[in-house]
Amino acid sequence: MATATEQWVLVEMVQALYEAPAYHLILEGILILWIIRLLFSKTYKLQERSDLTVKEKEELIEEWQPEPLVPPVPKDHPALNYNIVSGPPSHKIVVNGKECINFASFNFLGLLDNPRVKAAALASLKKYGVGTCGPRGFYGTFDVHLDLEDRLAKFMKTEEAIIYSYGFATIASAIPAYSKRGDIVFVDRAACFAIQKGLQASRSDIKLFKHNDMADLERLLKEQEIEDQKNPRKARVTRRFIVVEGLYMNTGTICPLPELVKLKYKYKARIFLEESLSFGVLGEHGRGVTEHYGINIDDIDLISANMENALASIGGFCCGRSFVIDHQRLSGQGYCFSASLPPLLAAAAIEALNIMEENPGIFAVLKEKCRQIHKALQGISGLKVVGESLSPAFHLQLEESTGSREQDVRLLQEIVDQCMNRSIALTQARYLEKEEKCLPPPSIRVVVTVEQTAEELERAASTIKEVAQAVLL
Amino acid sequence: MRPGPGGCCCRRTVRANGCVANGEVRNGYVKTSAAAAAAASQVRGARAAGPGWRPFNEAFEETPMLVAVLTYVGYGVLTLFGYLRDFLRHWRIEKCHHATEREEQKDFVSLYQDFENFYTRNLYMRIRDNWNRPICSVPGARVDIMERQSHDYNWSFKYTGNIIKGVINMGSYNYLGFARNTGSCQEAAAKILEEYGVGVCSTRQEIGNLDKHEELEELVARFLGVEAAMAYGMGFATNSMNIPALVGKGCLILSDELNHASLVLGARLSGATIRIFKHNNMQSLEKLLKDAIVYGQPRTRRPWKKILILVEGIYSMEGSIVRLPEVIALKKKYKAYLYLDEAHSIGALGPTGRGVVDYFGLDPEDVDVMMGTFTKSFGASGGYIGGKKELIDYLRTHSHSAVYATSLSPPVVEQIITSMKCIMGQDGTSLGKECVQQLAENTRYFRRRLKEMGFIIYGNEDSPVVPLMLYMPAKIGAFGREMLKRNIGVVVVGFPATPIIESRARFCLSAAHTKEILDTALKEIDEVGDLLQLKYSRHRLVPLLDRPFDETTYEETED
Repeated sequence: MATATEQWVLVEMVQALYEAPAYHLILEGILILWIIRLLFSKTYKLQERSDLTVKEKEELIEEWQPEPLVPPVPKDHPALNYNIVSGPPSHKIVVNGKECINFASFNFLGLLDNPRVKAAALASLKKYGVGTCGPRGFYGTFDVHLDLEDRLAKFMKTEEAIIYSYGFATIASAIPAYSKRGDIVFVDRAACFAIQKGLQASRSDIKLFKHNDMADLERLLKEQEIEDQKNPRKARVTRRFIVVEGLYMNTGTICPLPELVKLKYKYKARIFLEESLSFGVLGEHGRGVTEHYGINIDDIDLISANMENALASIGGFCCGRSFVIDHQRLSGQGYCFSASLPPLLAAAAIEALNIMEENPGIFAVLKEKCRQIHKALQGISGLKVVGESLSPAFHLQLEESTGSREQDVRLLQEIVDQCMNRSIALTQARYLEKEEKCLPPPSIRVVVTVEQTAEELERAASTIKEVAQAVLL
Repeated sequence: MRPGPGGCCCRRTVRANGCVANGEVRNGYVKTSAAAAAAASQVRGARAAGPGWRPFNEAFEETPMLVAVLTYVGYGVLTLFGYLRDFLRHWRIEKCHHATEREEQKDFVSLYQDFENFYTRNLYMRIRDNWNRPICSVPGARVDIMERQSHDYNWSFKYTGNIIKGVINMGSYNYLGFARNTGSCQEAAAKILEEYGVGVCSTRQEIGNLDKHEELEELVARFLGVEAAMAYGMGFATNSMNIPALVGKGCLILSDELNHASLVLGARLSGATIRIFKHNNMQSLEKLLKDAIVYGQPRTRRPWKKILILVEGIYSMEGSIVRLPEVIALKKKYKAYLYLDEAHSIGALGPTGRGVVDYFGLDPEDVDVMMGTFTKSFGASGGYIGGKKELIDYLRTHSHSAVYATSLSPPVVEQIITSMKCIMGQDGTSLGKECVQQLAENTRYFRRRLKEMGFIIYGNEDSPVVPLMLYMPAKIGAFGREMLKRNIGVVVVGFPATPIIESRARFCLSAAHTKEILDTALKEIDEVGDLLQLKYSRHRLVPLLDRPFDETTYEETED
């Protein structure tokens, strides 16, 4: 029944089609086509996708003009023309042809031209030649390296030490060996450039705290703790490190280690301590800031220092527990991928350690000299002393900046130059202004060594005072 | 397996299968590109003119299928046993040897990821005795090695006090034989040591710029044939501390996939965008260059500020030589800058020992940044960068190394000066030239003999770095130990310095190797090769040497 009705409707429709006028059919046809078009076409174009033709690409390549590889350096750039030192940079130094007393090299213990050190290095040179021709892994490990590592570990009273062939690369390789992406590093704002580069290489989250401000550090640690409570699963795999310097290269101040150790256990963050300035300087035996404060060295997870200051050789080392240090032998980039330290430099460092161990009084002498010049340099109008009185490297900054860094640098350079003319060799602390995370203000760095006599220290202080007065007033 | 502290291990990205799978040679060669064609003709021209004309003969024989399968099986077994032993250690059935965390810090977040340690604990530790072998003599042609023993399966070593004397040294990078404790270099260095001491205690910009440093830099510039040069205290740091001074945000770095860790680190620290091209593959490089210029920076589509190509002269794990003429042609066509790391090639390549530029007879002016190290051919330590005066002036003011790192030790500087003068013939002898020739002869002889024996040898026939393929993890340890038993010190490397199945032994030739030493070494290698069944090569014949350069059957690789 139903089908019959449908059939009837169909017949009727076909009939209607025949009867309809032509114009009607045409119009309807057009309408149907229009609807179909509307259905299938987009109302707007998402993106004009037209691939570049080969010719257009060639034009683009032709048109592209790169910047020069390096921008031109102005001829009067303050850092372009280096001072030329002829002969050894020891206590007496010849800078640009003029003999001066050296107040600029980090030769704190005067070991640079020590005859014993030289003799040890010479003996090594005669046995091993100069270079090692290989990294530690591939026949670049010499017995001297093992000796030096052993001696450093014993000297620092730690389980193990590892040596690097370049001071800068030591902490810069050590940090990324442990701290990875996602880990959190709390670091002092005044941290030196090597630490900054190590942090950058580690790609960890970096939290800067105010220089030596433990309250600020604790605030950050607390913030992190709250954060961790929100996401405990993530917190379980997020390592936390505190990176500080023993004596700060950029400020000459000492870190408050006892408080840091307390915070370490409270918030379960490991401490990495950079001791390039404090090793061989602070403490009764020159073991650095841990000895200075009487802190158990095992409470510090990793200590790194270079052998280029107090030890007057080249290279650096890290020391700590084997659990920590041994990891660097496969993961410390500057250790694995670089040629090892020339044996003569390792031998020199061993002999320097011997001398340090035999003359523990030397550190008290150094401290006394630091105190003396510190006192003598107080009260210069226009210049202020920045840094601890026990630090052998400290800064003289302008009391009041002229407002422009360039002008400040020029003024300080004038002081340095005039001091140099009066036989006191000084230098400004140099920084890469655009690269530093927190650029320290321009300063003259004064370095005290045990070789400087009381009169020389007095003379240096009075010279600086007179020159500063002439230049700044 | 693990290279241990791998000397010049290269960072590996996953290598596209296409390159290796079907063909003897895996370097893509751009036949269609005008630039490369020009380059090819330039090569021929340059070489035909120079005395050292030689076809560019570089081969990477395909890994035999059976060997590849067995290698994977080997790693599979090792991993299974690793888990088993970890399980036993966990239940204290097997003794734990490794150092542990302090009791007081047990509740700290663990310092290491466990997976990382799995490899070290279960694979590397089994054959750890092949690395870090301590020596107690000059790293010359023969070397004295301190004997050591382990009573706890390589977890710790005891020195027996014996010294294995006169081991043939096939591991040190002593290409020209300047690692010596006698002779003019040692005497000069000793004199300077007495005069200056060893340290400097300051940076170049502060007060550590000695007259010796200036002398060295002037000499290096002359040696390289560039306007100026600057020297740094460490080769690794030369790369990692100077690349960031040259490029930064908005710049593009095109880096070979096998570049050394120092170049990779430098590139990363610079903040520039990094793109990787296939090893020595000019087609891949050209495509990246073209795309970079046409499409600009991602998202913003701003044009790149500048493009820096990072390549090495000789790749230390592959033994290959960079296709410099083509790289230079491409860099000129696309206005990119070229940074050439000659760590292994300086002194070791070219008729006058001036490195890869000299080898191809090219103009050093065409390379924007000439970097190299003093560690290898010069038997010293440190690195340099040479180039135009503007570049060096910029580095003097902006290099991280010049501002923050202690300058080179004076006796080391003197060693470089004396050895470099010797190579240049300025010491009045022809000793340097003879060394360069000797090295080239040794290289060709040694490589040819190894190929004739049926080993799979990678790399360019002129490269003094000779990788011999071992493939299987067990053979890494076995080869190193067997060779030492026969009084030959070799370097063996595996993952992660090489792709997982391409473990290898590496020989570094030296001008100090006499024919007799090489023959002894070859005899022993032959023997060990039979013992360990290392003669994998299915091409017993050495490829024809006088095949024209551009008709070689280079395979096109797909990007």
